[in-house]
Amino acid sequence: MFWQGQKKPKLALDLAGGTTVTLTAEPTKPGAKIGDSEMGQAIKIMRERVNGLGVSEAEVTKQGNNVIVVQVPGQGQERVVKTIGTTAKLEFRQVLVAAPVGVTQQAPAPAPSPTSTGKTKGGASPSAKPSGSASAKASGSASPSASASATPKGRALAQALTKASATPKPSASAKASASPSASQSLTPQQLQQLQQQLQQQQQQQQSTGEDFSGVDPAVKAQFDKLTCVGNDIGQGRTLDPAKQAAVCAKPDPKTHKVDYKFILSPAKISGEQITKAQAMPPDPQNGRMQWVVSLDMNGSATKAFATFTQQAAALGENNTRNHFAIVLDGTVYSWPGVKEAITSGNAQIEGQFNQEDATDLANVLKYGALPLKFKQSSIESVSATLGKDQLTAGLVAGAIGLGLVVLYCLFYYRGLGLVAISSLAVATIFTYEAVVLLGKFINFRMSLAGIAGAIVAVGITADSFVVFFERLRDEVREGRTLRTAVERGWVRARRTIIVADAVSFIAALLLYWFAIGGVKGFAFTLGLTTLIDVVVVFFFTKPLVTLLARTKFFGRGHRFSGLDPRTLGMTKRVPNRPVGTKEA
Amino acid sequence: MSRLGNIGARLHRGEISLDFVGRQKTWYAVSGLILVVSVVSLLTLGLNFGVEFKGGTVFQFPTKPGVTTSDARAAVKDSGVVKEDPIVQKTGTGWRVQTESLSSTDVTKVQDSVQQRLHLAKADDVSPQSVGASWGKDISQKALEGLLIFIVAIVIYLSIAFEWRMAVAAIIALAHDILITVGVYSLVQFEVTPSSVVGLLTILGYSLYDTVVVFDKVRENTRSLTTSNTMTYSQAANLAVNQTLVRSINTSIIALLPVAGLLFIGAGVLGAGTLKDLALVLFVGMLAGAYSSICIATPIVADLQERQEKYRTLAKRVAAKANSAKRKAKPEVEVAELPQDDVPDEAEASSVGAGVRVVQNGPRQQPRRGGSKGRPSGKKKR
Repeated sequence: MFWQGQKKPKLALDLAGGTTVTLTAEPTKPGAKIGDSEMGQAIKIMRERVNGLGVSEAEVTKQGNNVIVVQVPGQGQERVVKTIGTTAKLEFRQVLVAAPVGVTQQAPAPAPSPTSTGKTKGGASPSAKPSGSASAKASGSASPSASASATPKGRALAQALTKASATPKPSASAKASASPSASQSLTPQQLQQLQQQLQQQQQQQQSTGEDFSGVDPAVKAQFDKLTCVGNDIGQGRTLDPAKQAAVCAKPDPKTHKVDYKFILSPAKISGEQITKAQAMPPDPQNGRMQWVVSLDMNGSATKAFATFTQQAAALGENNTRNHFAIVLDGTVYSWPGVKEAITSGNAQIEGQFNQEDATDLANVLKYGALPLKFKQSSIESVSATLGKDQLTAGLVAGAIGLGLVVLYCLFYYRGLGLVAISSLAVATIFTYEAVVLLGKFINFRMSLAGIAGAIVAVGITADSFVVFFERLRDEVREGRTLRTAVERGWVRARRTIIVADAVSFIAALLLYWFAIGGVKGFAFTLGLTTLIDVVVVFFFTKPLVTLLARTKFFGRGHRFSGLDPRTLGMTKRVPNRPVGTKEA
Repeated sequence: MSRLGNIGARLHRGEISLDFVGRQKTWYAVSGLILVVSVVSLLTLGLNFGVEFKGGTVFQFPTKPGVTTSDARAAVKDSGVVKEDPIVQKTGTGWRVQTESLSSTDVTKVQDSVQQRLHLAKADDVSPQSVGASWGKDISQKALEGLLIFIVAIVIYLSIAFEWRMAVAAIIALAHDILITVGVYSLVQFEVTPSSVVGLLTILGYSLYDTVVVFDKVRENTRSLTTSNTMTYSQAANLAVNQTLVRSINTSIIALLPVAGLLFIGAGVLGAGTLKDLALVLFVGMLAGAYSSICIATPIVADLQERQEKYRTLAKRVAAKANSAKRKAKPEVEVAELPQDDVPDEAEASSVGAGVRVVQNGPRQQPRRGGSKGRPSGKKKR
């Protein structure tokens, strides 16, 4: 049938070997509900953490409404557990030192911009949009908005007002800002100037080295050692909010490369203090050409942020320390520059965001703010050897079960037993193909429990034949010829089979719905095989019996056909009897 | 098989009639006794919960020639991080050692220690599983939620497909099966794991499946019962049970065979784990399910139905008829012993008809009987 492509079922980790970590979310406050969007965000973060490990085919899935299952093929349990085990933590910290990672990082992957000068700081080829974001917003709101430049998609971003590069793509961005009342808008020309200044400064800094004044020597040492490769990236690391920290930028989701590393001040604001974050669509009428992210913070954070932004704004946009880092999960998600002192507690982060970028950043700010606590419910690691043993055992168990059923069918139903066996064979092939196809299209993986489900389903499938055959025999006992018996028996058996399979399917469905972990696989194969059973009985077994009823062997009720009227308890007058009776 | 086939035929026609429904008191008593034992056992012995419910870490690793249980235990203990005495089980492929909950660093230490002591190729050959104490509870809670919804769904479905009395009987039979299974787990002190809990849920499907097939026949047999005055609801139901008896037995055997294979491999070769847990609970539950669909579910339906006015009057009419028949037709007993003659002759004769003629020697058949009396000999020769 579907022979092209992959021919083998995908195996789950308990058969292929690998580590499965099951995490249960706990509400931050007792009695609080765990929302779908929070879970969605948590899964996203987990996925990024796991991908950060560089393992291929890792899977992060949600089960039930508060359970996340992380499956990582291969070995190395400790690393996996460490990486995903921590609580997502969001902080704003001031950037003290920023340095590109690796000397060869001159032209970063995403979009080399034509101007090499702009990239001395490496990184995300920041592009400022003179027209849109750089010019102050003429919005009518009285609240001063923060200005910040951010990189979407988590690339660490260069500073605000870097060069206006011609590449729109990697975004980065620029600033804007200012409260409408006191807004000072920058013309593109001014911007250009600023950018040039900045570039010069950057080049200077590059040559003179970073400004390490005020940096804790221990942190400096850490910073120097930081390679930002693999585990060293430190995703999921918990930072002490009261201390300076050496941190890497978040790795590129595709290449897993990190472009920047930082020394950051102690946390200025923690995620819990952000009360609201949302992505706002472009509003050209008010001069906003791009998506922006707006965020509100609570009272204490407003004060802290005001103090920080005042200082930062005073440093000038060209200073590294003008930037604050949005630290999520131990890495820098974004590092916007500060244009204005923001005293209202309402800030806007601008950049060349598209809707997705802005939404992602808003989610980070929003949900980083309510870290879901996860407890590690179960950590299971299966070695490849153990997996192979289990697979063999499962298959042997299946073979034994199937073999016993085949023997019993032959013993009890003789010729009809062959019908049952061929139907079982067809059902087996269907199931196998279905599992292969589902593996291909919805990434279904056969687990040990799944094999168990399939084995148990052998009974259910075989039972449909039993129901049909017993009805058939009943009809023969009542003296009908085999051909009429098949039709009459089928009509009656059909009902029973459907009702019974429906019950069984409902059970499997609910089991699947409510089950967590390996059991889902069990329910899945059980439901799948129940469906296949209906198909096989209707489109294979019944037509086959109808055809066979026309043969002499079955139609005449041969001794070994399983339909011998004598052994079934009928008397010899079978074939003509119904007619004769009627006449009588 | 010819004998089996014959039994099937005789059951079908009602010649051999095992009185399942009529002896409901016996079955209720038997089940009641088992249930009491189950409940008492649950209250006194309780259940033996597995590591998933208590929290802990399990290590599975391959064995080497000459390695004994104490070697395996020592290999784990030598890591220095395991404080309580670990539980060591031998499986078909190696060892399964259960310790208290360990941190992931400690898990690595145990892996290293076992690898060195048993000279395994690499530390990763030791497969660890750490479970939080509440994990089993979480899963079971989900399972119970599922159970409740399942029961509601099934009651609705069966009420539509059949009628509410059958739905109620099916659910009672279900509860019966589950309680017995849990009771057996308690009595024998099998380990309860999340897999067992889920296996238990599967029994639901299975037990109902079996019951549904019997009920389907009961309904068929009782459809036009009140119009004929020939048998009571209970008798018709009993006939249905007898008629589906062969199927029930076959179904149960065929369902149990693969599970037995699973159990054999799961317990014998793998020693412990998903396969064994699932197979064990299924095995116990299916046995209970086969018993309950025959001996519990149908008698309950009959009891419930007999409370209805129409079936009560029917029972009275049938009883009256039977009495008068007994008085009038004593000699006919021997006729009833030649049941082959009573193979249905009317074209539309259903299995009910067949049963009717045998079970009950009502006077209504008297006139026809005269005619058919001569028939056997004549027809047989034809």
